[in-house]
Amino acid sequence: MTGYILKRLLSAVPVLIGITVIVFLIMALIPGDPATAILGSYATPENVAKLNRDLGLDKPLVQQYFIWLGNMLQGDFGTSFALNRPVLDEVLERFGATLVLAGTAFVLCAVLGVAAGVVSAANQYGLADKAITFAVLLGISIPSFFLGMMMILLFAVNLRWFPVSGMWPIYGARSLSVLLTHLAMPAFALAVVATGVVARLSRSAMLEVLRQDFIRTARAKGVSERGVIWRHALKAAMVAIIPVLGIQAGFVLSGAVYIEMVFQWPGVGRMLVDAILKRDILLVQGGVVLVAACYVLFNIAVDVAQSLLDPRIKT
Amino acid sequence: MTAFVALLARNRLALAGGVVLVCVVLLALAVPVLPLADPDVTNTAQRFQPPLSPGALLGTDHLGRDLLSRLLWGTRLSLAVGFAAAIAAATIGAAIGIVAGFYGGRTDNIIMRGVDMLMAFPYILLALAIVAALGPGLFNALIAVAAVNVPFFARNIRGITVGIAHKEFVDAARLAGLSNRRIILSEILPNVIPVIVIAMSTTIGWMILETAGLSFLGLGSQPPQADLGSMLGEARSALITNPHTSIVPGVMILIIVMSINLLGDGVRDALDPRLKSGALSRPMAATRVDRAQTPPPPSGAGLLEVAALETQFHVRNRVYRAVGGVDLHVRKGECLGIIGESGSGKSVTALSIMGLVASPPGVITGGAAYYDGHDLIGAPYGRLRDIRGRSVSYIFQDPLSTLHPLYRVGDQLIEAIRAHRPIGRAAGRAKAVELLRAVRIPNPEKRITDFPHEMSGGMRQRVGIAMALANDPDVIIADEPTTALDVTVQAQVLTILDDLRRSRGLAIIFITHDFGVVAQLCDRVGVMYAGRIVEEGLTSDILRAPRHPYTARLMACVPELGAGKRRLEAIPGLPPVVDNLPQGCAFADRCQQVQAACRRAGIPLERHGTHAVRCLYPVPQSQEATP
Repeated sequence: MTGYILKRLLSAVPVLIGITVIVFLIMALIPGDPATAILGSYATPENVAKLNRDLGLDKPLVQQYFIWLGNMLQGDFGTSFALNRPVLDEVLERFGATLVLAGTAFVLCAVLGVAAGVVSAANQYGLADKAITFAVLLGISIPSFFLGMMMILLFAVNLRWFPVSGMWPIYGARSLSVLLTHLAMPAFALAVVATGVVARLSRSAMLEVLRQDFIRTARAKGVSERGVIWRHALKAAMVAIIPVLGIQAGFVLSGAVYIEMVFQWPGVGRMLVDAILKRDILLVQGGVVLVAACYVLFNIAVDVAQSLLDPRIKT
Repeated sequence: MTAFVALLARNRLALAGGVVLVCVVLLALAVPVLPLADPDVTNTAQRFQPPLSPGALLGTDHLGRDLLSRLLWGTRLSLAVGFAAAIAAATIGAAIGIVAGFYGGRTDNIIMRGVDMLMAFPYILLALAIVAALGPGLFNALIAVAAVNVPFFARNIRGITVGIAHKEFVDAARLAGLSNRRIILSEILPNVIPVIVIAMSTTIGWMILETAGLSFLGLGSQPPQADLGSMLGEARSALITNPHTSIVPGVMILIIVMSINLLGDGVRDALDPRLKSGALSRPMAATRVDRAQTPPPPSGAGLLEVAALETQFHVRNRVYRAVGGVDLHVRKGECLGIIGESGSGKSVTALSIMGLVASPPGVITGGAAYYDGHDLIGAPYGRLRDIRGRSVSYIFQDPLSTLHPLYRVGDQLIEAIRAHRPIGRAAGRAKAVELLRAVRIPNPEKRITDFPHEMSGGMRQRVGIAMALANDPDVIIADEPTTALDVTVQAQVLTILDDLRRSRGLAIIFITHDFGVVAQLCDRVGVMYAGRIVEEGLTSDILRAPRHPYTARLMACVPELGAGKRRLEAIPGLPPVVDNLPQGCAFADRCQQVQAACRRAGIPLERHGTHAVRCLYPVPQSQEATP
C-alpha cells in the first residue's frame, strides 16, 4: 500500500508541473507590457522594477518559467501588491477558511447524496424515489449563489436562526458552536448541487449493482433486504461512486467561490475574485497554483480510497 | 428519428421542459420588438419600486431601472452567451478530439495529456485565471467558460472517434486514396455530430450557469449592460431591504436551467436503449406473485414439491411464458436432475421456488412450491427469508459473478450463517474453515482471507457449495454448478455433492444441460422443453430408453467415449420463442416423427409407473435410442 501511494504521488509530479505550465501560459496571454498591466493602478516604478526582476520578464519565455517555478519551489510566490504581503502567507491563511467550508460541504454532499441515492434506488418508482428525484432536479438547477441569498433572506433575516454572514462574529468568543452556526447555511448552500449529482449517480450505480448475480446470491443466503441494500449493493456501488466524489470535490471547491462571496466567508475564493478585480495577478497566480495542487493531492487520496475498497485494483 | 421524438414526447416532464425553454427563447428573441422601457435609463426618484407598480410590472432596481425590461434583455444576453460558449467549446473540443482520436499514437498521447492537465483543475480556478489574464468583461468570461469546457468535449469526442477510425468504411476511404482531411470531413465528422449535439444539450445549462456565476462575481458583463448573473450580483447589496430585485433574476436562471435539465434528461433517456426495455429496473426482494387460481394442494410426494408452477416475464406489452406448468418433487437424500437446452425454463423453475426470479420483469402467475407441506410462493417475505439459505439453499452457475467481489470469502461464509443465527467472531471463523474443509479446499485457514478473484474457478465453486452448506440445509438447488468448470474439476465438484448427499441426507435438485452429469449424480431426471417437463423418470430408465423424441435427440448430442466415429448430432432448428408458443407440442417443428395431431392441442404428461412422457407418439420402448 505504501508503495502504491508513493507511486501515485510520483505520478502527480508531471500533473503538478503541467498545472504550473498552464497557469504560466495563461498569464503570458496578458496583453501589452505585462508588468504595468499586472500592477495597473498600483504601479510605482519600484514595483514595476521588482516585478520585472521577480518574473524575469526581460528574459525569454522558457527562462521566465523556470525562474518562476524555481522561486515557487523555494516558497517564494512573490508579494501581493494590493495587500503588500507575501502571497504564500495570504493564500495559506485564506485557504484554511475555504477548507472548513468546502470540507464540510463535501462531507454533507457525500453522506446525503449517497444516502438519497440508495433510498431512491431501493424504492425505485416509489414515493420516496419520486420525491428525491424531484428534489435532486431542483438542487442541480438552482444556482448556488441564488440559493444562498434566499437562505439568508429566510433563515437569517426572517427566522433569525443563523447569522447573516461571515465566519466569526466581529465581537465575542470564537468557539466551535459559534463556527457551526456561521457555517451551517453556507455549507448547505454549497453542498446542494453536488448532493444532487451524487444522489443521481448513486441511484443509477445502485440500480446497476442490484441486478448483479451476487445480489441474488445474498438474497438466496437469506440476508435481510436492508443488508442486501446497504452492505452488498452499496459496497459494490461505491466503486462507481467514489470517482464521482473526487470530481465533485472539485465542483465543491469551485462553488465555494460563489458561496464565499454571498456569505462574506473569508476564504481563498473571495480573495481570488478581489485580486482579479484589483489586478493583483501574483496573488491570483499563487492562489490558483496552490489550490490546484491541493486538489491533485486530494484526488490521489480518492484513488487510494478506491484501492482500499476494491481489492481487484493492483496496488 | 420520429420514434425518438415520440419517446421524448411521452416523457411529460421533458416535454414540459422543452415547452418552457422554447417560450423563454422566443421571448428573448422577441425582446427588441416588445414595447419595453429602456433597460438602461436610470430614474433614482423611482428606485426600488415594488412589483406591480404602475408602469413597472416587476418593479424597479436600485437605480430606478425597469426590472421587467432588464430581466428580458438580461435573459437574452445570458442565453446568447451560454449558447455561444457551448458552441465554441463544442467546436474546439470536437476538433481536438477528432484529431487526437483519428491520428492516434503520439499526437493522441500529447493532446490527451494536455487535456488531462486541464481537467486536473477545479474548473473555476482555470476560468478565474483566464479572466485574471484577460481582464473582467462579458466576452472574456465567455472565453473562460468555453475554454474550461473544451477538455470535456475533447475527451468525449476522442473516444467516439477512436471507435470510428478503425471501422471498415474508413479503411475503404483510405484505400480509395482520400486525404486525411477528406476522410475526417466526409467520414468521421457526420458520425460524431450527433454525439456533439447530445453533449452540448447536456452541458448548455451548465454553461449558462457558469457565465451567470462569473457575472455575479462582477467578472462578466460590466455595467450598465446586464445579464442575469450581474443583475443578481448588483441586487445582492439590497437583498435584505428589497428582495424582489434579487428574486426576479434568480428565478429566471432557475427556470432556464431547470427546463434545460428536464429536456436533457428526456433526451438521454430516449437515447439510452437500456432504459427503454426497462432493464434498469431494480429486482425486488422476492419475485412478484400474481396467481389467478388457487394452486393444487401438496401431494406429500416429497420434501420439496413444485406443483403446476407458472412463471412469466412481462416486458412492456409482451409476455414470455418461461415456465408453463411444471410439476416436480424431490425426497430426502434424493437427487433430481433437470435437463434441457438454454432457455428451456429450468433455471427459472429453480429460482421461482424461493422467489429469486428478478422481478420486474418476472411474475409467478400460478402454482405452488411446497417445502415440508407449506407453500413458499406467496409466503410472506419474512418467512421466505427465513427459509432461504437455512432450509433450502442455492448453488449458482458462475461463481465469479455470484460471489461478492469486494468481500473475503470467509466473511461471505460467515454472513451466510449470521443471516440465520448469531455467531461470534472466532466461532464464525472456525465454522468457515470447517465448511471450506468439507468441500476439500486445501489450506482453508489461509483461504478464508482470499477475495473471490484470487481463487480459481473450481475453488470459487467449492466456496459456493460451502456457502450453500453453511446452515445444514435440507434441500440444495444447484443451478448448473459445473458448467463453467473444466472436466476434471467438474468431476471433483460432483463427487463432493454426491458425498454430501449421502452423508447428510440432502435433497438435491440439479440443473444441467449435460446428460453425462445426470448419469453420474441423479436418481431421477426431468427433461424440460419450452417451459414444460416433457419426460420424467428414473435416470437409468431414461438413459436406457428415452420415450420423448426430444430426449432421444438430446442424448444423441452427447459424444460417447470410445465411439470415436459417431458424429455429433445437433438438433436442427431452435426452441420456440416463449412469447409465442404453438398450440400443440412445442417440439413439433423440430421433431422427425411429427404428425398432424401433434399440432392440434396441448398434450398431457402421461404417467406409467415411474415414467412420464408428454408425447402422442413416444419412441417405442423396445427401440434403442442410440443406434
